[in-house]
Amino acid sequence: MAPILQINNLFKSYGTVEILKDINVSIEQGDFLVLVGPSGCGKSTLLNCIAGLEPITKGNLSIGGQDMTHVSPKDRDIAMVFQSYALYPTMTVAKNITFGMKVRGIDQAIQDQKLEHVAKQLQIDPLLHRKPAQLSGGQRQRVAMGRALVRDPKLFLFDEPLSNLDAKLRVEMRTEIKALHQRLGASMVYVTHDQIEAMTLATKIVVMKGGVIQQIGTPSEIYNRPANQFVADFMGSPAMNLIPVKTRKNGKGTEIEIARGNGEPITLVDTQNTDLPADVILGVRPEDIADAALHRGGDTQEADCLIDIVEPAGADTFAVMQLGGNHVTARLHSETGAVAGQNLRLAFDLGKVSYFAADTGERLN
Amino acid sequence: MTDMSFTPSQSGNRTGKIVLRWALYIMLGVFALFYLMPLFVMVMTSIKSLDEIRTGDLISLPREVTFDAWRTAWSGACTGIQCEGMKPYFWNSVLIAIPAVFISTLVGAMNGYVVAQWRFKGANIFFALMLFGCFIPFQVVLLPMARMLGLMGLAGTIPGLIFVHVIYGLGFTTLFFRNYYVSIPSELTKAAKVDGAGFFRIFWSIFLPLSLPIIVVTVIWQFTQIWNDFLFGVSFSQAGTQPVTVALNNIVNSTTGVKAYNVDMAAAIIAALPTLLVYVIAGKYFVRGLTAGSVKG
Repeated sequence: MAPILQINNLFKSYGTVEILKDINVSIEQGDFLVLVGPSGCGKSTLLNCIAGLEPITKGNLSIGGQDMTHVSPKDRDIAMVFQSYALYPTMTVAKNITFGMKVRGIDQAIQDQKLEHVAKQLQIDPLLHRKPAQLSGGQRQRVAMGRALVRDPKLFLFDEPLSNLDAKLRVEMRTEIKALHQRLGASMVYVTHDQIEAMTLATKIVVMKGGVIQQIGTPSEIYNRPANQFVADFMGSPAMNLIPVKTRKNGKGTEIEIARGNGEPITLVDTQNTDLPADVILGVRPEDIADAALHRGGDTQEADCLIDIVEPAGADTFAVMQLGGNHVTARLHSETGAVAGQNLRLAFDLGKVSYFAADTGERLN
Repeated sequence: MTDMSFTPSQSGNRTGKIVLRWALYIMLGVFALFYLMPLFVMVMTSIKSLDEIRTGDLISLPREVTFDAWRTAWSGACTGIQCEGMKPYFWNSVLIAIPAVFISTLVGAMNGYVVAQWRFKGANIFFALMLFGCFIPFQVVLLPMARMLGLMGLAGTIPGLIFVHVIYGLGFTTLFFRNYYVSIPSELTKAAKVDGAGFFRIFWSIFLPLSLPIIVVTVIWQFTQIWNDFLFGVSFSQAGTQPVTVALNNIVNSTTGVKAYNVDMAAAIIAALPTLLVYVIAGKYFVRGLTAGSVKG
């Protein structure tokens, strides 16, 4: 079966400013694609290009196997949910939801039937006769979703739909969107700057920066094997620790030497990655540094480190130290005995580390 | 507006507060009287007989109320050689103002919608030029416009005057609607596009229903401008198509012998009445529309 969405060599520029450069993405039916990146990375522009709201400068794009490069938004069989919800202020909720069908001249009976179905699905039936101004943020969000769902399109597009909600509601709606996706099996493209939303919702993530795709992959690929320093730093909270280190080959593998401002360098031995240049950036997730006293099993190597700051966060305790001239965060068990200003024996798990080239930032292993 | 919010440093300062409040009311009252005085004189003069005007005081109440002057002004006063009063000219003005207001408002709304929501190449320059049109003095366009109307075969006709007022009003109406629509999030247009609505559908179903406050502002503005216009009216009309302002001028300036002040005053009030009425009916929306900046949605 043809991919539900395929984008080939897409370029987009405004005048001489290139916003998107050589974008290639494709997703299958039922995929949940999340476009993630910092502000101004072009992710919303890409979504608008998919919707047909922005013309493409170069390249082509197909939806459901049909070329849609020059097709107007209304004929692309898509539905879109906007950040500001973009509900029509003078229409009731019911009219908002059925507007698209009314424009297309769909039979009134079918409109009513679909409206009822969607209203029940999203639990908004008591609101149908209200105007958008009389709704709360969460309710507006639901209505906006209803307006998209009722169309039953090939592809759903979401443009930062949760960023106007408060933190608690955002998590609730996130779960609800995920449940909806699983129930409908629909194909979705979702834009967000929130990497947690990206991780939790996506079946496939596209990380973007400066109009260029940095990496495409499943959430676990993106998290465990980031393609470059930018992805490593952007995805995950707290971010992956990036430590400049020196490497040396020895009999067993590669010696990794982490310089310290105060005291001896730490030396670790990586037996898996043997072919590394002398200067590399070591990327290690906070959860791969543990309190040696509480740590059991696993292939780890231990070292004493001076802890600068201890941040208890309930389930975890974060310990911050200085290694290789950078702040390094370790995610420790909440029962850790870490004390600020004292040494603690830490266990480093080298099984999942990443190495990046010091000059280009590209992944080496 | 009478709610002055000032907070005295101590609650013991109550007397001072009351005195200030009364001073404010008195001042406002004096200003109101000052502004109302001309209207008062006009109304009083219009319901006095000529004898009484000649012998009496300008601001005294009439000894005997008579509406003869109103009757004369409406249907008997002479504008030059004809003595039909204001009536035919009043209807001319109605026939000019209503279509001109309607067309210029509608086209202005459409222009504003395009400039604000359908950004095209050169939209800014287009808008700047429209805006420039607001500042062109009437006198400058007189001759070219006369030539245009002649070429179009509309010289001296009511459609000709409608045309002139529509063209001259477009700068303002476009400005009003553009500023109103520019505050409406563009995502609304995008959502409607994805929903399948086209250019006109979005305008009729989404933007026009949102526009009541700005429509009221535009209608008041345009109606006042067009109804009160004298220069275009006197330049581009001929006997039979003159608007009420021109007729008023003719009544007042073409009397020979004794000046009928009461008729002049009545005629002036008749000429001003429609704009007054529009303000009274729609004034509330006028202020609301001027201050309504954004649509919260």
